[in-house]
Amino acid sequence: MGSSNSSVNNIPNAQELMQETGFSAAHILRLHERFEFLDKHKCGQLRPQDFGAVQELALNPIGDSIISAFFSPGQETVDFASFVRILAHFRPTDRNQSRDGAQQEPANSSIRKLKFAFQMYDQDRDGKISRAELLQVLRAMLGIQVTEEQLQSIAERAIQEADLDRDDAISFDEFRKSLEKVDIDHKMSIRFLR
Amino acid sequence: MFIKMKEHVTQFNRVTRVNGDVALTHQESRLNPSKSNLNQTEHGHGSVITGIPIVTFKWHHVETPYLVALWILVAGLGKLVIEANHHVTSVIPESALLICFGFILGGIIWGADKVQTFKLTPTVFFFYLLPQIILDAGYSMPNKLFFSNMGAILIYAVIGTCWNAASLGLSLWGCHKGGAMGDLDLGLLQYLLFGSLMAAVDPVAVIAVFEQVHVNEVLFIMVFGESLLNDGVTVVLFNVFDAFVSLGGDKIDAVEIIKGIISFFVVAFGGSLVGFVFGLLISLLTRCTKNIQIIEPGFVFVLGYLAYLTAEMLSLSAILSIVFCGMCCQKYINSNMDERSVTTVRYVMKVLANGSETIIFVFLGISAIDKEIWVWNTGFILLTLLFVLVYRFIGVFFLTWILNKFRLVPVELIDQVIMSYGGLRGAVAYGLAVMLDENKIKEKNLMVSTTLIVVYFTVILQGITMKPLVNWLKVKRAAVGELTLIEKVQDKVFDHMLVAIEDISGQIGHNYMRDKWNNFEEKWMTCILMKPSARKNRDYVFKVFHKLNLKDAMRYVTEGERRGSLEFVRNETAFIDFKKKFDDDFSEVMPDIMADTSDDYSDTSDMRDPVPSVSLEMHEQTMNGMRPLEDVNSHHLLQQHLYKGRKQHRHRYSRSHFDVNKDENEVQEIFQRTMRTRLESFKSGKMGVAPLKHITKHLKKDQQQKVRASEFILLDNLHYNNNIRAFSEGDSASGFEASASSFPMRVTYRAGAGIENPAFMPDLDPMAQVQIPPWLAEAEVDSSMVAPSQRAQLRLPWTPSNLRRLAPLRISAHSTDSFMLADAPAAQQRDNDQLPPPPPPPAPPHGDHM
Repeated sequence: MGSSNSSVNNIPNAQELMQETGFSAAHILRLHERFEFLDKHKCGQLRPQDFGAVQELALNPIGDSIISAFFSPGQETVDFASFVRILAHFRPTDRNQSRDGAQQEPANSSIRKLKFAFQMYDQDRDGKISRAELLQVLRAMLGIQVTEEQLQSIAERAIQEADLDRDDAISFDEFRKSLEKVDIDHKMSIRFLR
Repeated sequence: MFIKMKEHVTQFNRVTRVNGDVALTHQESRLNPSKSNLNQTEHGHGSVITGIPIVTFKWHHVETPYLVALWILVAGLGKLVIEANHHVTSVIPESALLICFGFILGGIIWGADKVQTFKLTPTVFFFYLLPQIILDAGYSMPNKLFFSNMGAILIYAVIGTCWNAASLGLSLWGCHKGGAMGDLDLGLLQYLLFGSLMAAVDPVAVIAVFEQVHVNEVLFIMVFGESLLNDGVTVVLFNVFDAFVSLGGDKIDAVEIIKGIISFFVVAFGGSLVGFVFGLLISLLTRCTKNIQIIEPGFVFVLGYLAYLTAEMLSLSAILSIVFCGMCCQKYINSNMDERSVTTVRYVMKVLANGSETIIFVFLGISAIDKEIWVWNTGFILLTLLFVLVYRFIGVFFLTWILNKFRLVPVELIDQVIMSYGGLRGAVAYGLAVMLDENKIKEKNLMVSTTLIVVYFTVILQGITMKPLVNWLKVKRAAVGELTLIEKVQDKVFDHMLVAIEDISGQIGHNYMRDKWNNFEEKWMTCILMKPSARKNRDYVFKVFHKLNLKDAMRYVTEGERRGSLEFVRNETAFIDFKKKFDDDFSEVMPDIMADTSDDYSDTSDMRDPVPSVSLEMHEQTMNGMRPLEDVNSHHLLQQHLYKGRKQHRHRYSRSHFDVNKDENEVQEIFQRTMRTRLESFKSGKMGVAPLKHITKHLKKDQQQKVRASEFILLDNLHYNNNIRAFSEGDSASGFEASASSFPMRVTYRAGAGIENPAFMPDLDPMAQVQIPPWLAEAEVDSSMVAPSQRAQLRLPWTPSNLRRLAPLRISAHSTDSFMLADAPAAQQRDNDQLPPPPPPPAPPHGDHM
């Protein structure tokens, strides 16, 4: 335990990160190891190519969207702190919310989780999932067996289901409403980040 | 009803008794050929042949199958009576009622025979009643849910069951030693044997009770999965201990115990493996049954049963075998087989499973009414009851405590209580108890009666209290929701996302494993086991999409029937606008109508609901079971009310094909009749009586809403205009050409649903609602040509624009819109002119007939 603590201390801002994300020291340490492993150039920053080096990710149909979710708009690189902050979305929600005051919603709250999922679609970050954006995700996921026409109609139908104000796009509120019955905490949590 | 049945049963028992003697002697006679002639003459089975007997009564000839069939009938009728009253079944679970029904039947039989003639024998139970229930459970198992909770389920099923067996056996033995139950000839091994047969939670009982209580899916899958798997475990444990008992206490050493443990694993995993292999076999076989579609559902059952028997033959766990067989093959056969075959498999599976479940419970009741088996030992029985309950609680709580350290979503305390309380024992325990060897275990009867009491206690008492308990503890229920596409898409996205995050953070987690498995399956299994054609449209999201569209289509048909017209299909764009306006503006004007439409929707959802629907696939299936029912209903309606050609009642029988009547003359006739009714409808349409009446009414109702009201008129006129449209120049020609040219094609369009009437045009539809015999048709056309009521017209389809994909291509052939717009003002004008006194409807011609 002592050794791990000492190495956590080597990570810059480790304490603040732990405070902010709720990760334990062991988590931070593990993630830091992973970060350094991915960081082939040892510059403390990850570029999209570094993520691309993960083989399985290349096979993932929506891998690109996920990678791009790590980069805030306009930035080419991501440092360790942001890396951890992104991953914090996937920490299971604490059942006993003991955060005092909670100035900001923690990253693993279900609304933030949902927001993250929303961004998977909303590539241009205009706060709406347009038909084209939905179509893009669908195309990636459905593969070649489904014809373009079918894809179109699936997208249309999906939008219709969620689209309450009939602007032919899904806003975040509509998105949230349509997924009301889904247990987001459950679906967007990874066990080892607990 | 009841009394009738009682009579029936007693009568039938008398017959059995009387003829039982006959049958017995007859068997004797077969053994003793020299006497046989004599015997036969004596009983006078019409065998002294003086001439050719016209009728002979040969009860013994049909006795066994007759009795079996009769029992099935009686059990079924019992269920019918029980299910007739929902107030009772909502309080007392059906399984408990069936057992009570069994008590009554047993009492009657006992009264008649003074001996219990009918009992649930282990052979019948394990060979003929159990397999289909388990196969059904496996086949409709929600695989993803099951495997994602696999760890927990296995721990409960294996360790939990062993714990139950050991603790119960040891405690009883301890109490015995302490002198709590007097003088019993039982040793430690016998107690352990008894413990092992009592240990398993029974899937039949659990399904029966939990289906009526809609608990959340994780809880359900845990209890249900555990009950399925631990059956296998108990049977194995039972066999091991049975072997130990026969071996005798002295010969058991470390080696034997280790052998026992090894055999435990071999039996369990071997059984699963056999099931897996058979599952693959079924999948492979259904790949190539294209040409014998009519019997392809049979393969599923036969091979499933063979999986069971094979495992039994190899003395592996048959139950595990058939569970895994069902689970493996479900995905592949569902996509390999024709849709109709899949439906058949589902239904037959449900029929068999539900039927044998009923029989099992009834016989569990009947078996109780037998003096021979009842041996009372207060200490033994009460202590068993107590220990079964207490150790179940301890086991579940302890194991959950350990599991919660590892689970992503911990099992909550309340869920644990329900899990423990849901530890119902059932027929498997009873079957095993009856299988005990009386020579080895002197107190067999005590064990059997104790088992029965435990079964009754758990099924009846715990079953009844389960629902109040669930309500009282506010257990998280299953969310019953409409299937939506976006949720399914999102599900997929979540899956991919979790895998990606695991990849990025470099962890091999649950999602990673599942992804690997999926890839493997994609690559190899589906390739080998699935038809190429099936592989094509197997995509999950696409399937959901397809299903939703089908549902919509059905909704449109119902809608059309209610509104009396499928017209809205053609004018969908108009309706979208209409609906929007309607939603936005009219809700305050016509709350009653709004309520009406919303009512309508809640109606449809209600129709789906009465079936237990924990939204597991298992339940989903029952839910789906309802949906096709609706579908069938509307099909039926359609079929009944479609025009019938004079020659339609000519059945061509074929064992392997469902033929559609494609007779040329008939098609001709339909065509002619269509033309005639169109003429008629034109006539009445021109007078414009019916539609106008409605419009007027409407205008009166909200005159201040004139602008919007005119939209209504527009819509009403749509209907009206279409009557005329057929006869307006140019349009009519194209319309008729279109329908005429599409004749041959459209008739063959759909198999199995009677004739697809090409002339099922909206303007004819009122005809369809009142079935009119052909001879009256002509005269009655006028009176039936009433526009559908306003209310009906306002019932709107859910998402009308979806219909663009569903609507026949013909829609676009001619533009109704332009026509409509051109015609509308004129029509409106006329309306306004005639507004004050709506012209009295012409004397309905059918008055002459009445």
